[in-house]
Amino acid sequence: MSIFVDDDTRVVVQGITGGEGNFHAEQMIQYGTNVVAGAVPGKGGQEAAGVPVYDTVDEAVEAEDADASVVFVPPAFAADAVFEALDTDLDLVVAITEGIPTQDMAKVNKRLGEVDTRLLGPNCPGIITPGEAKLGILPGNIFADGNVGLVSRSGTLTYQVVDNLTERGIGQTTAIGIGGDPIIGTSFIDALEAFEADAETEAVVMCGEIGGEDEEEAAAFIGEHMDTPVAGFIAGRTAPPGKRMGHAGAIVSGSGTGTAQSKIDALNDAGVPVGDTPEEVADHVESFL
Amino acid sequence: MKLHEYQAKSIFADAGIPVPDSRLATSVEEALDAVDEIGYPAAIKAQVHVGGRGKAGGIEIATDREEAEAYAERILGMDLKGYTVDQVLVEAGVDFVDELYVGVTMDRSEGKPVLMVSTEGGVDIEEVAAETPDAIAREHVDPAFGLHPYQARKVVYEAGVDADVALDVASILSTLYDLYEDSDASEIEVNPVMVTSDRDVVAADAVMNIDEDALFRQPDLAELAEASYEDDLERKAGEYGFDYVRLSGNVGIIGNGAGLVMTTLDLVDYYGGKPANFLDIGGGAKAERVTKALDMVFSDPNVDSVVFNIFGGITRGDEVAKGINEALAEFDEIPKPVVVRLAGTNAEEGMEILNTDLIEVEETLEAAVQRAVKNAEEVAQ
Repeated sequence: MSIFVDDDTRVVVQGITGGEGNFHAEQMIQYGTNVVAGAVPGKGGQEAAGVPVYDTVDEAVEAEDADASVVFVPPAFAADAVFEALDTDLDLVVAITEGIPTQDMAKVNKRLGEVDTRLLGPNCPGIITPGEAKLGILPGNIFADGNVGLVSRSGTLTYQVVDNLTERGIGQTTAIGIGGDPIIGTSFIDALEAFEADAETEAVVMCGEIGGEDEEEAAAFIGEHMDTPVAGFIAGRTAPPGKRMGHAGAIVSGSGTGTAQSKIDALNDAGVPVGDTPEEVADHVESFL
Repeated sequence: MKLHEYQAKSIFADAGIPVPDSRLATSVEEALDAVDEIGYPAAIKAQVHVGGRGKAGGIEIATDREEAEAYAERILGMDLKGYTVDQVLVEAGVDFVDELYVGVTMDRSEGKPVLMVSTEGGVDIEEVAAETPDAIAREHVDPAFGLHPYQARKVVYEAGVDADVALDVASILSTLYDLYEDSDASEIEVNPVMVTSDRDVVAADAVMNIDEDALFRQPDLAELAEASYEDDLERKAGEYGFDYVRLSGNVGIIGNGAGLVMTTLDLVDYYGGKPANFLDIGGGAKAERVTKALDMVFSDPNVDSVVFNIFGGITRGDEVAKGINEALAEFDEIPKPVVVRLAGTNAEEGMEILNTDLIEVEETLEAAVQRAVKNAEEVAQ
């Protein structure tokens, strides 16, 4: 079992003829993902990464029966690409693009409330169900099939924690990078809810970072609704207020909201142990299994 | 991207929002010419990208020429929270009876813009928000429809703004929302909006921040993106396109991906060291970027030791190793001890080519950080 993606997921890659889109389409295929088509305006009829390219997502879905898309479109056009995918009645849209204007994402967010499609990202590494499917840019070789779910705001931090788990022989059901932007489609809570409902997921790791209040809200959700044990990690304990730490969303505001301590406290209050190091996170997970 | 008060006010004035008469001055002479034209009292306000200028001594009210000269002399060239003041806004003093707060920003948790109004203006609004959250009225805007004018009126009435000026304040707020949308702002704030003894309303301060991700479609605003760096290293990082933040410690940190670099900082602190910087080389960095990053951290006089932590996804370990080797090629002896840890994509290939004569290598993040902290302690002694 897994959440959101598996063996049957049929993927269209938006922006498959671009450098990144092409490279990662090939990587996804190599991993065993069912990439069935590409969609690039003006490139219909061509082939890329060994799959047919269509001018619109609609055509691609129609012809190849796709149910998910991955967006590798440059920031200026990415919101439009996400709207196109949302309007095509897919189950899942994964937006990898970094640097989409926030006001564009607010409009996307509004549309999300009106459709049944799940959006993951933007500015995220994607999602992987080890051994079945990978939608995004995660390095497949560090993951292993197993019983731990992982949800994280950051890409490389996900890799670090997964590596600590895999090294100990602890595999993953599904790992999800939800993205570091202020406005994102899938929240911690959405992922946690799905992991809680997944019979094979026996423990969950949640990696958060400074900025916003998503981790606090997730902590409240865990306290009220989850029986599956959760271990946490929060990046940015040493970040000074008012300085954006890379991610647009990773900033401690002047009034003291969004601090690592408030997130750690909230998680601890919900019974979630928070590791001081990634290695300690793996210790906690091991103790759950 | 932050705009200066004078830049924001000029945008406000063009949009029809009433602002006090003002001139920009870069010397004491210019400041005095400006007060001669404007009259007294006149505010002399440092134009730097920091909040809390008043408390830090960057804003003064002059009641005569002698005071104006003394204040201009003191403020021009002063150090304000790390920034040197090289321009002041000289502005007509406003005879006010009331101070309000109005602002537009993005509410992250709702994914919608929000209007905010409070009758407790003129003070730190974040303190008001923390202590008496009910003193701020809020109204969310549907980003697909945009602002309905009634919403601006509603939130102004809800905040308890005096009835005789409420519609004028609502009109300012409504214009601010248009500016927020049209200019891809992340935040616009006027604190205070002053109510004069004649019952007029004036935007006495202006904060306007633009979403950097939207600058590609805001060419006029992009031109205002002057370097507002705190020092030469931040300027250099900006030119290289690195995400860089200067900190106060002595362990230099280079890594890929915001979350992992933050984690590396946290671990340095956890193992008893003090981070000197946050430096994210980004995803997919080639050798040249790696070389630049290392050069930057070497050139920071505060750095005593360096930890270089890469977990390759789209970044390849062999490219990173190549870049490290190139950076080291110009040295016979390493200027500062460097600990490298490579993991993920092509990490093994990277380890094979890495010039380990000059650097130390660790397999895990924890070990690399501990060693760099120890190195820093030894160098500092």
